[in-house]
Amino acid sequence: MLSYIARRLLGVIPVMLVVGIFVFSLLHLAPGDPAAIIAGDNATEANVARIRASLGLDRPLLEQFASWGWATLRGDLGVSMFSNIAVTTLVQQRVGPTVSLALATMLVAISIAITLGILAAWKAGSLLDRAVMGLAVTGFSVPVFVVGYILVYFLALQWRLLPVQGYMPLSEGLWPWLRHLILPSFALGLAYVALIARITRASMLEVLAEDYIRTASAKGVATMPMLLRHALKNAAVPIITVIGIGVALLMSGVVITESVFNIPGVGRLVVDAIQRRDYPIIQGVMVVFAAVYVLINLVIDILYSFIDPRIRYS
Amino acid sequence: MVHANAADFIRRHPTIVAGAGLLFLIALAAIFAPLIAGDPLAFEPINRLRGPSADFWLGTDSLGRDVYSRMVYGARISLLVGLTVAIIAVLSGSIVGLLAGYFERVDAVVMRLMDGIMAIPSILLAIALVALLGASVKVVIIAIAIPEIPRVTRLVRAVVLSVRGLPFVEAARSNGTRVAKLLRRHILPSTIAPLIVQATYICASAILTEAGLSFLGAGTPPEFPTWGNMIASSRLYLQLAPWTIFAPGICLALVVLAVNLLGDGLRDRLDPRIARRM
Repeated sequence: MLSYIARRLLGVIPVMLVVGIFVFSLLHLAPGDPAAIIAGDNATEANVARIRASLGLDRPLLEQFASWGWATLRGDLGVSMFSNIAVTTLVQQRVGPTVSLALATMLVAISIAITLGILAAWKAGSLLDRAVMGLAVTGFSVPVFVVGYILVYFLALQWRLLPVQGYMPLSEGLWPWLRHLILPSFALGLAYVALIARITRASMLEVLAEDYIRTASAKGVATMPMLLRHALKNAAVPIITVIGIGVALLMSGVVITESVFNIPGVGRLVVDAIQRRDYPIIQGVMVVFAAVYVLINLVIDILYSFIDPRIRYS
Repeated sequence: MVHANAADFIRRHPTIVAGAGLLFLIALAAIFAPLIAGDPLAFEPINRLRGPSADFWLGTDSLGRDVYSRMVYGARISLLVGLTVAIIAVLSGSIVGLLAGYFERVDAVVMRLMDGIMAIPSILLAIALVALLGASVKVVIIAIAIPEIPRVTRLVRAVVLSVRGLPFVEAARSNGTRVAKLLRRHILPSTIAPLIVQATYICASAILTEAGLSFLGAGTPPEFPTWGNMIASSRLYLQLAPWTIFAPGICLALVVLAVNLLGDGLRDRLDPRIARRM
């Protein structure tokens, strides 16, 4: 068990190394002088030289990578070209809204999706099942910003139930914080609901066909305990896998959702950096998001072994 | 007889018919856009943010451009990006996947590379590429295709691993078939069915990503009438002129829905093994 966890941890190293090489070489893959690309079309020669020096672009490639990689490992993601503030500091300032949004979305999405998925599998073939499957296909097809603007138009602009946009930190109170998160998390969560509800239904259908479920219902186990304790527990592994896969989807969605609802998070940081060609920010956030993704999937891998002891640690 | 067969096909595969039909209509609209819509770039400042009327079927946007015409032309970029990204990702992904599945030494390196690419959120990767290479339709297509490649590679590799030891491959190999021919003639055919299904999903996700990039201002240049650009340029007018956002939004959802339905239907038709699981 411990050696399994250790091996999983070691497996993170090559993946992050590849992420590092990839993110680093993007800048050098572009044709032309990287410093001139970052400086933009109307840059002066002095400006280009300043960027070249501040990013160390005049040194040999391998040396650049080594020093960049070492700095990144120590948590130094470079300095913003625009504001001259450390990227790590900028990310730290923006991390609260992003984490709030991501957690609220996962909470909303997973609870709705698993409920819908169980109901659909339990009443397979019924109208409810068809409705859930229809919602799943549709939910996966509507872009998050379209869902977002539809929700804003009706719930915020027409009926004035919730704020149109913006973010309140938790320190301003629980309700203001939640109020601002409701629309964004539902908009972002829809695709996630679709994904998880579908796999929950499929996985539950498979388990509900097993003999031990028939035995359980024959000996008179009530419906609820049967669905939850007997079936869901055994259907959990594929569901958790998909939740993990969905994290990547969620992360891309966060970037767009923050723009729709004007949430001052890490996603907005990147989007604002696009116009300013603030490459260190884009690069830094890519590394941070990739690290979070790898960590979450690591945790999920380790979770498997607790949920399903049949999984072999080899 | 043909008639009976067609009716039977529709009854047995309603999602394929619905998805393909919807897609066919949208493609027709895109191809014949000049015949059924006006100039998507013409603007009349007097007619800013007008509601739907006989002159402007879906109203006008903040520059007085006809939303209906822009919406019809917007289908062109979406379909172009969806189709080309699917083709690029499937072609390059399957070559890499074939090699990785067949040669163990390639496998270790390539799959770590794919794990790394998959760890970076696709939209961030695309944003970075567009920021570096400059916004153009070509760059957007490449930027969206790269993060899709690992999905294809993994799929093809898995298929190769599962057929590599089967008797017909063993037989071909012991006959002295060269590796290139072995891969092409004996292994590649097994990957076609799952690849077609995967291609539709990549197409759907590419259309969504292109719209997202345009919406964020990191995609197709703003002068192109794309659905993402339409929504981005109208976001301040949601209350005043909701049609400027809802018209392209509904189109986006319809196209992606059509592609997803087609994909689901094809999966049920071509790959019953996976179909049973999902």
